Amino acid sequence: MSEQRFFIDPIRCIGCKSCMHACGECATHKGKPMIHLEYMEREFSTQTVPMVCMHCENPTCAEVCPADAIKRTPDGVVQSSLKERCIGCSNCVIACPFGVPRYYPEIDQMLKCDMCYDRTAYGLRPMCATVCPSEALFFGTLEEFQSRRSGTPVNEFQFGDQTIRTKVFMVLPTGEMRLELDPYADIELPAAQFDQTAFDHVDPFGHLQAFPVVSASSVRAAGGKS
Amino acid sequence: MSKLPSSNLELLEQFGPHLKYTPVGGFKTDLEPDKLVDTHCCFCGQGCGITLKVRGNEVTGFVPREDFPFNKGKLCPKGVKRYLQGSHPDRLQYPMRRTEGGFERITWDQALATTVAKIQEIQAKYGKNAFAMLSGVSLSNEKSYLVGKFARLALQTANLDYNGRLCMVSAGAGNKKAYGIDRSSNSWEDIVDAKVIFVIGANVAECAPITTDYIWRARDKGAKLIYADPRMVPMARTADLYLPLKIGTDSALLMSMLHVIVREHLTDEQFIRDHTVGFEDVLQAVDTATPEWAAEITGVPAYKIRQAARMYAQAPTGFILHARGLEHQTKGVENVVSCANLALATGKIGKPGCGHSTITGQGNGQGGREHGHKCDQLPGNRDISNLEHRQYIASIWGCEESDIPGKGLSAQEIMNAIHDGEIKGLLSICFNPLVSLPDANYTREALEKLEHYSVIEFFLSETAQHADIVLPGSLHEEDEGTATTAEGRIVKIAAAVNPPGEAKLDWQILLEIAKRLGRERYFPYSSTHEIFEELRLASRGGTADYSGVTWERIEAEQGVFWPVPQTSETGKTATRASDLDTNHPGTPRLYENGKFYHPDGKAHFNTVHWRPPAEVVDADYPIWLTTGRVVSQYLSGTQTRRIGPLVDQYPHPLVEMHPRLAQALKLENNQWISVSTRRGDLVLRVSVVQTIRPDTVFIPYHWGGKQSANLLTNRALDPVSKIPEFKISACKVRAATPAEILEGQQTELDASRAVSVGAEYGLEGRRTELNR
Repeated sequence: MSEQRFFIDPIRCIGCKSCMHACGECATHKGKPMIHLEYMEREFSTQTVPMVCMHCENPTCAEVCPADAIKRTPDGVVQSSLKERCIGCSNCVIACPFGVPRYYPEIDQMLKCDMCYDRTAYGLRPMCATVCPSEALFFGTLEEFQSRRSGTPVNEFQFGDQTIRTKVFMVLPTGEMRLELDPYADIELPAAQFDQTAFDHVDPFGHLQAFPVVSASSVRAAGGKS
Repeated sequence: MSKLPSSNLELLEQFGPHLKYTPVGGFKTDLEPDKLVDTHCCFCGQGCGITLKVRGNEVTGFVPREDFPFNKGKLCPKGVKRYLQGSHPDRLQYPMRRTEGGFERITWDQALATTVAKIQEIQAKYGKNAFAMLSGVSLSNEKSYLVGKFARLALQTANLDYNGRLCMVSAGAGNKKAYGIDRSSNSWEDIVDAKVIFVIGANVAECAPITTDYIWRARDKGAKLIYADPRMVPMARTADLYLPLKIGTDSALLMSMLHVIVREHLTDEQFIRDHTVGFEDVLQAVDTATPEWAAEITGVPAYKIRQAARMYAQAPTGFILHARGLEHQTKGVENVVSCANLALATGKIGKPGCGHSTITGQGNGQGGREHGHKCDQLPGNRDISNLEHRQYIASIWGCEESDIPGKGLSAQEIMNAIHDGEIKGLLSICFNPLVSLPDANYTREALEKLEHYSVIEFFLSETAQHADIVLPGSLHEEDEGTATTAEGRIVKIAAAVNPPGEAKLDWQILLEIAKRLGRERYFPYSSTHEIFEELRLASRGGTADYSGVTWERIEAEQGVFWPVPQTSETGKTATRASDLDTNHPGTPRLYENGKFYHPDGKAHFNTVHWRPPAEVVDADYPIWLTTGRVVSQYLSGTQTRRIGPLVDQYPHPLVEMHPRLAQALKLENNQWISVSTRRGDLVLRVSVVQTIRPDTVFIPYHWGGKQSANLLTNRALDPVSKIPEFKISACKVRAATPAEILEGQQTELDASRAVSVGAEYGLEGRRTELNR
């Protein structure tokens, strides 16, 4: 049997945060979600993005950790920081290109998604992907994904000069093949980081006025004379 | 009489809403549950399967129920956190009487004796119908059936109605007019085989989240999605064709789509000829409904109306889904039959991948409306004005036909009659009209006029605060029974725990009142299972026929779709439930082979003529106002406003407004604003977003007091379904004054009080994250 993989398909995300709530339910998390979901820019769109750990082949978080507190299991799952090693410096939080790790001051430690190691080890799907209503988070084999669903799963990303391969797939719209980001450009031009011509940036109400002038003909129509 | 006894703040301290964050005993890794109980979520009409973890008499968490076919483990945030409503500090645990200073604990005997004495006193003085009952469809089928029988035979009042009146009645009435039966046409599995899905007036992502997966599975197989809504809600964002519909103009859009379909010869002539009546009249009615005419009314460009009509009609299979957006109108029924006209004209019904369904909103919105706590119905979807139907139910109930009162007033009409002083006493269960009925100021005035009000509740809701006697009832997970989901699937609800303290099971409270009213002989039940067995008999031969289904079958088959009629002569004539047969497999898809439920076996086209909503914008109130839900809250929030993580996700209502309108009004994002209509005003913060029509503002309705969107809404009713026009008001908006801002901030502080949580929980961090 082919390996079970994790897929994130933000197009399907409905922003309900069921994934976060379910993640927090894990007894070891004590109500704290280890995953995040954010609005891209609520002013323009309801587009939200759920973010689990991408579980990189060469995790940047582990590379920058001065205390060597972040370990990767033989099957490729990057784990939360080790309690006895983590010094709470937040290097990993700053360095992760996907913005995944979070520092929890109340326990002075970095925690993050470990792909429900306690569930997947027993053949169960991670909690977030089990509850996700729209299957924006999906756990299954690549073959299963491809036989059922549209979109292009990719697990290689270009962040400037850094190429990152991940265990988790991000699903791009059908036709898109690669995800490349130029972090320097984005830092310098914050307004340019989003595609202003993306379909959900085009105001669907562009033809409508805030206070429409009531025309004589629409009054007649509203009078039920049709 | 029923004025609030003490200051709002004292009630808040004592009864909440307090926010609960953690299970009893905290999140523990070393505590295994005593048992896992398979049951369903109570927080919408989809009825998702869920497994509850139970320790002792406490529900301590959930496990995804992956074997249940509808949701396969999927849950929305309400489902995930639903268990936190149990063992809640606000839970009512003993009966109470209202005093000058607040509420005082009394015994069950005192509470029941007072309630019964007041019922008798009021009925002796003013007549039987002067005492009304209001019920709700978060109740199981068994309890819904019992309430219907209880009101008619124990209270002997005609005035029983339910909060489904604010939910599915327009769809119900429209379905009956078009198809002769009130149910979703298909199981949701048929959505997956549709090649076009037309959603109108339904925020599927936030109000029926699991349904999004069915739509995506269809889209993965090439289906197109058409989405008509005044807001670009999450599913609309990805639609193939989005129609930015003005509120209250649905029927114009639908008529115009039919006009295009007819003009372009896209109708299914053979289906119309063989299986329908009334098409000629409809043809005439839509003759002048050109896309240009509709564009002017709806704000949807004419070319998009043409595109939508072609996309829907030309696809080999298609499914129409709608919900409250289209139904919460004075034209609710007309809008529903307009959808039916489209489905019938193109023959897209009663076949694989073809259907027309409402997305029922309440926990048992479907089953609750079938078995008799609707003012005009008797069990099995029978008509209370039909002599034959009355005689059959009288034979099951063991009473005379004349003992069953006639048709009573609908929910809003009951409130109006209370306001007018015609109804003097009220018993309510599972209904929070002060938050959920329109024009909340009017509702409050009405409640204050009651001579007596007894309430059966689990939390002291805003309405229950007006009660003279509070009878602590039971939560969903404390009683066994069945519910029927939006699909028409009858599912089994399990009792995971027992009611805490002195709280009792709802049905036992009703039986106790019936006994004290001297009507014990009609209520010989010792379990809800016995009530279900009687319901089977009572529903036999009705359109909502449950006679062939048993609790055992429901559990074994993971739900059974009604109608499940009798197939044998023995069953058809049985006088005891034990003699009913259980051969019928159930009916996931209705209307197969063009067989409809009208006596003529045909589907009926219904002619609709365009008319505007009850209130339209004018110079004084120039902005359209509409209301709806958010994903983290359920109905009037009695339960979900007490669940901390859900509250933190969307803590207070916000007014959604387009940037162009905000600019015209010189308002900035997050600014405090005043919104007023002819009925009331609200001070809330504004959320400036490009995802709503610029002539319309939106406010979610789950909150009470000064945060209640229903302070603004209109009591105008649909003439057929009597549903209030929640979705359309005319309002005006301005920046709030400094005094109003202070009051608004205080209201937010008072809206909910945090319950202390473990230090390791990191409350502030969680809040920020969930509210991001």
